[in-house]
Amino acid sequence: MHPAMAHSASGRTPRWLAHERLQDLLDALGRAGYQCIGPKLRDGAILYEHIDSAGDLPKGVSVEQAPGSYRVSMTDSPRRFAWANGPQAIKPFVFAPREALWRAKRCENGTLVFDAQPPANKPLAVIGARACDLAALALQDKHFLGGDYPDPNYAKRRNNMFVVAVHCSHPAQTCFCVSTGDGPRAAYGFDMAMSELDDGFVVESGSERGAAMLDALNLPGAVQAQMVIADEQSRHAAEVQQRVLPGRNLQASLFANLEHPRWQDVAERCLSCGNCTSVCPTCFCHSEADVPALDGGSSEHAREWDSCFTQGHSYVHGFTVRPDTRTRYRQWLTHKLGGWHTQYGRSGCVGCGRCISWCPVGIDITEEANAICGKQP
Amino acid sequence: MTHDDLPMEAEIIGRTEDSPTIFTLRLRLTDERQRHDYRFMPGQFNMVYLYGVGEVPISIVSDPHGPTVLDHTIRAVGRVTNGLAQLKAGDRIGLRGPYGRGWPLREAEGHDILVVTGGLGCAPVVAVINYILMRRERFGRLTIIQGVKHVEELIWRERYAYWSTLPNTHVLLASDHGGPLWPWHVGLVTEVFDDAAIVPDRSTVMMCGPEGMMHAGIANLTARGIPEERIYLSMERSMHCAVGHCGHCQYGPDFVCKDGPVFPYPQVKDLFKTRGF
Repeated sequence: MHPAMAHSASGRTPRWLAHERLQDLLDALGRAGYQCIGPKLRDGAILYEHIDSAGDLPKGVSVEQAPGSYRVSMTDSPRRFAWANGPQAIKPFVFAPREALWRAKRCENGTLVFDAQPPANKPLAVIGARACDLAALALQDKHFLGGDYPDPNYAKRRNNMFVVAVHCSHPAQTCFCVSTGDGPRAAYGFDMAMSELDDGFVVESGSERGAAMLDALNLPGAVQAQMVIADEQSRHAAEVQQRVLPGRNLQASLFANLEHPRWQDVAERCLSCGNCTSVCPTCFCHSEADVPALDGGSSEHAREWDSCFTQGHSYVHGFTVRPDTRTRYRQWLTHKLGGWHTQYGRSGCVGCGRCISWCPVGIDITEEANAICGKQP
Repeated sequence: MTHDDLPMEAEIIGRTEDSPTIFTLRLRLTDERQRHDYRFMPGQFNMVYLYGVGEVPISIVSDPHGPTVLDHTIRAVGRVTNGLAQLKAGDRIGLRGPYGRGWPLREAEGHDILVVTGGLGCAPVVAVINYILMRRERFGRLTIIQGVKHVEELIWRERYAYWSTLPNTHVLLASDHGGPLWPWHVGLVTEVFDDAAIVPDRSTVMMCGPEGMMHAGIANLTARGIPEERIYLSMERSMHCAVGHCGHCQYGPDFVCKDGPVFPYPQVKDLFKTRGF
């Protein structure tokens, strides 16, 4: 059970964290042994990276997203979280883009010895997790930890992760978390959750350790007016979202429409580049490959993010199961919005809209799903 | 249950050339404890690791009651399998497994068993044939049907010849194209079903081979009155991890590696006729 579930109501009195005291939170997390991960502006996008100081956070940054477009601009806003998201958030820190799983050593006499290659890292504290990212994290947890073969590398990174959610107040035009039921307010999976106002944050705890951390910061209580603004922001962030999927469960509808002409239509626009799967916070596909050392004495067996849009993904002994873009896009969408329901009890889409913004030709998952499934009751 | 991800070291203790491109490696785990603890069920597979190159999923051919010796029949077709083809007795490789769901042996008890295979699909069923032969009284008539495209592709002639001498056991072979020294049927594998004396209400079918062949076989057998739920297929898809994480083997909502590779036909029926899954 996640700590948030066991958390008593007593620690939930909202507190006020002024912007000037953000550094105190980072320092407290550092003293508690966490390495802080948070948003930074780099290369024209919001990227989640290691942060040392509250000054690293993207103050005044505004992000405009649209199909095939992600544009950053600077404003006078004192806010650090006045944007929706960047190309990734938490996934790379738990499911590494590339990592060694084990290493084989070949001895002089030809015998082989296998060693695990566990990741070496301090517990992580993620600052600025969005509701969509936490929904995605819960899905990745089910995938990597929920079955008969819990993944040890994922578990090592995931264990003891401290999560500070920041409720989304500035959804992008591409966002549709209301439609998937995952946002814009984070409802679970966090130790602390914050609503950012112009001069600071209304903070609530979501777990015992989150409550303890808040207590240690010795923050004043939030006043009624601040909480009203925070609630109003969340309501507004929900109301402005335009995009919708045609239903929460499209499994039957998608699999009943496998020969729909729209699959060919989207295939003629799709570049099969895999950008959508790279930015998707729930996509879990990866390939495994060996990287032998130059001296021939050892070989590292590593995994790396893979995409169902590649030719190699479905290759089996000289035969490619999905040779064209039509079958690859169909595989992606029928899995993401269909097969996940059987596998993990819900859709694999959390409404973050990343696949729409980062698609070089601006293919919109909600538009394709609506074209294929039509309006659902 | 936790997952021990590391391969175990195995020694090649024998190698058989089954055809110009197909070979069988006989393996023995080198660690005594691992060798002692290893168990598998017919239809399951191992991830076979070639040092410095990578892993491939290969079904276990040998007898589940002698799991200290593990036979894997392999076609040299890719980077890893072409490398494995170069190995000889004494060489060391890695082995992870066993993985997946095997054949429905308990459910099939009391039934006639119809084993229908094509090409190298004959490999994943050898263990089940041996399993049945060792418990002959629990099963009815055993019919082994194998189809190939060309006569040279048939491997294990001696094995089929031996099985055909056993009581209540029938072997029917077919090749799409005939040739010298081919005393069996020339034509599609489904054409020998007439000679199989099938009793639809007491038959269980175990099928493995190219999907086109399985497709034709299912259409033929269900037309004869065999219920779809008594037909089991061993499916094949790309596999990198074998534990349902890497995503390559997904077949609709199923992971072939852990939900299969053996499926009752109704479980995969909806997608089976659609190319691209």
